[in-house]
Amino acid sequence: MSEHEYVPKSKAAKWFNDRLPLLTLGAHLTDYPTPKNLNYWWTFGGILTFCLITQIVTGIVLAMHYVAHADLAFASVEHIMRDVNYGWLIRYIHSNGASMFFLAVYIHIFRSLFYGSYKSPREVIWIIGLMIYLLMMAAAFMGYVLPWGQMSFWGATVITNLFSAIPLVGDSITTWLWGAYSVDNPTLNRFFSLHYLIPFLILGLVVLHIWALHVPGNNNPVGIDIKKPSKDTVPFHPYITIKDAFALLVFMIIFAGFVFFTPNVLGHSDNYIPANPLVTPAHIVPEWYLLPFYAILRSVPDKLGGVILMFSAIFILFVLPWLDTSKVRSAVFRPIYRQFFWILVIDVLMLGYVGAMPAEGIYLVLARVGTIYYFLHFIVVMPVVGYLEKTDPIPMSISEPVLSGGAEPSLARKVNDKV
Amino acid sequence: MSKEEKKVNRRDFLFTASYTVGAVGVGAVIWPMIDQMNPDKAQQALATTEVDISSIEPGKSITVLWRGKPVFLKRRTSEEIAEARAVKLDDLPDPQKDEDRVKEGKDEWLVMLGVCTHLGCVPLKDKGDFNGWFCPCHGSHYDVSGRIRKGPAPTNMEIPKFEFVDNNTIKIG
Repeated sequence: MSEHEYVPKSKAAKWFNDRLPLLTLGAHLTDYPTPKNLNYWWTFGGILTFCLITQIVTGIVLAMHYVAHADLAFASVEHIMRDVNYGWLIRYIHSNGASMFFLAVYIHIFRSLFYGSYKSPREVIWIIGLMIYLLMMAAAFMGYVLPWGQMSFWGATVITNLFSAIPLVGDSITTWLWGAYSVDNPTLNRFFSLHYLIPFLILGLVVLHIWALHVPGNNNPVGIDIKKPSKDTVPFHPYITIKDAFALLVFMIIFAGFVFFTPNVLGHSDNYIPANPLVTPAHIVPEWYLLPFYAILRSVPDKLGGVILMFSAIFILFVLPWLDTSKVRSAVFRPIYRQFFWILVIDVLMLGYVGAMPAEGIYLVLARVGTIYYFLHFIVVMPVVGYLEKTDPIPMSISEPVLSGGAEPSLARKVNDKV
Repeated sequence: MSKEEKKVNRRDFLFTASYTVGAVGVGAVIWPMIDQMNPDKAQQALATTEVDISSIEPGKSITVLWRGKPVFLKRRTSEEIAEARAVKLDDLPDPQKDEDRVKEGKDEWLVMLGVCTHLGCVPLKDKGDFNGWFCPCHGSHYDVSGRIRKGPAPTNMEIPKFEFVDNNTIKIG
């Protein structure tokens, strides 16, 4: 936060700012001192904001043409695709936008894991972020139900049936969620209502996420506390805005590539068949971004156990700041943890792959190995490695390694050690 | 705490009374908001379905929709019945006699919800390792009585409430 108090130049602006200090907020956001060594992994916050706004804008437009009724929903989506002016474009942006949103959020989460951004004093930022992630999954799931195709219907059936695993009250809860005795028109109606609501809840949490971020300030690749403002920081505008804008442009090119060249590659062709409660598609697969959790669900040969483990896989992330015992934030200076980090990345990618495959033979074995490692990583590896690991020496400031001649802080350190 | 313990005075009483009345009021408003999501009168009105079974040959089955869910009606052959009854209860994850899954004297008619008890998919008939049904979603095998034999499903496929209106008609629900 800037030391000097902001004073508007014109009299009118001052009059307004005294009554509602929006201009002070604007000045804070512009001058906000940001670590000067942020790399491109730090641009995904801006990219995610773009994704959220894109989903809200295209979603509001789609809602003007969509009909949330079991008999009409499928036809209204086809109507959007064929009759509505640019309807195909808006719908493809919205459906691919969900995938791009998750792609960006996974990079954002793994960046946080690598550089220790979830650690003190940033635990609350991390937890709010996870709440956003949970809401994203709920919104994506309900959105996928709205076209009322075969995958919509059976995806909704399988996911809502997860709750029937709860002892005693499970069936009542499932019936309550459905508003019927199966997934039916009342289910579609309420999913549409909630699908419209959730993005605005996310928007509110994003404001809190950024607010919580602006209290301690950004973490950075070196992971050390820095003085703000100092020679280690640059003002957010124009230094970070231009970097974010460049990364966003590259991201939008990839996004547009999906929308214009392979708009259906991430979806499932069965969803172009209208929902039929009498026939289950041969292969029920969730959207790609939920596959790792789906693999965990299926790796357990017990209904309740699978459901519990799947939800645990998400909720364990909430206590991550307290499972990590290391005092060093950035994995750049943690030679052992760094290797386990990459094992986790491979593990999650593998779980995603086997989640898309049939749950049998070698895939089932891999899913079980992957599930066991996933939990071991957080419950055993993080506390133990943090405790035993001999970390590399960390620099005193961001400027130090740069001034001493090396581009990489760790490299600079090695040079210093020789001297 | 104990040092500063005060006598309960009139203000404490007013606080407690206000919170209590407030909590009751909030509860009274929340319950309708929750209960409105339960199945409405129109959904409940679909509670029964009558099915004509006269055209089903032995060994064949039909599927009808009841409350939005598929119901399998299978007319079993005597071999199939014998097979179902030869199974030892110890071999079943959810032990239940075949006799308890059909109406007495109407042993050939198996009427059950065609819904996998794992996560609600519709199992495929005449598939799986036990000559019954197989759920393609997560690989649950059911036998010729609709009982779970292998896979993640915890219980046998459910038998709905039903009755024979006459020899050719079944009323489900």
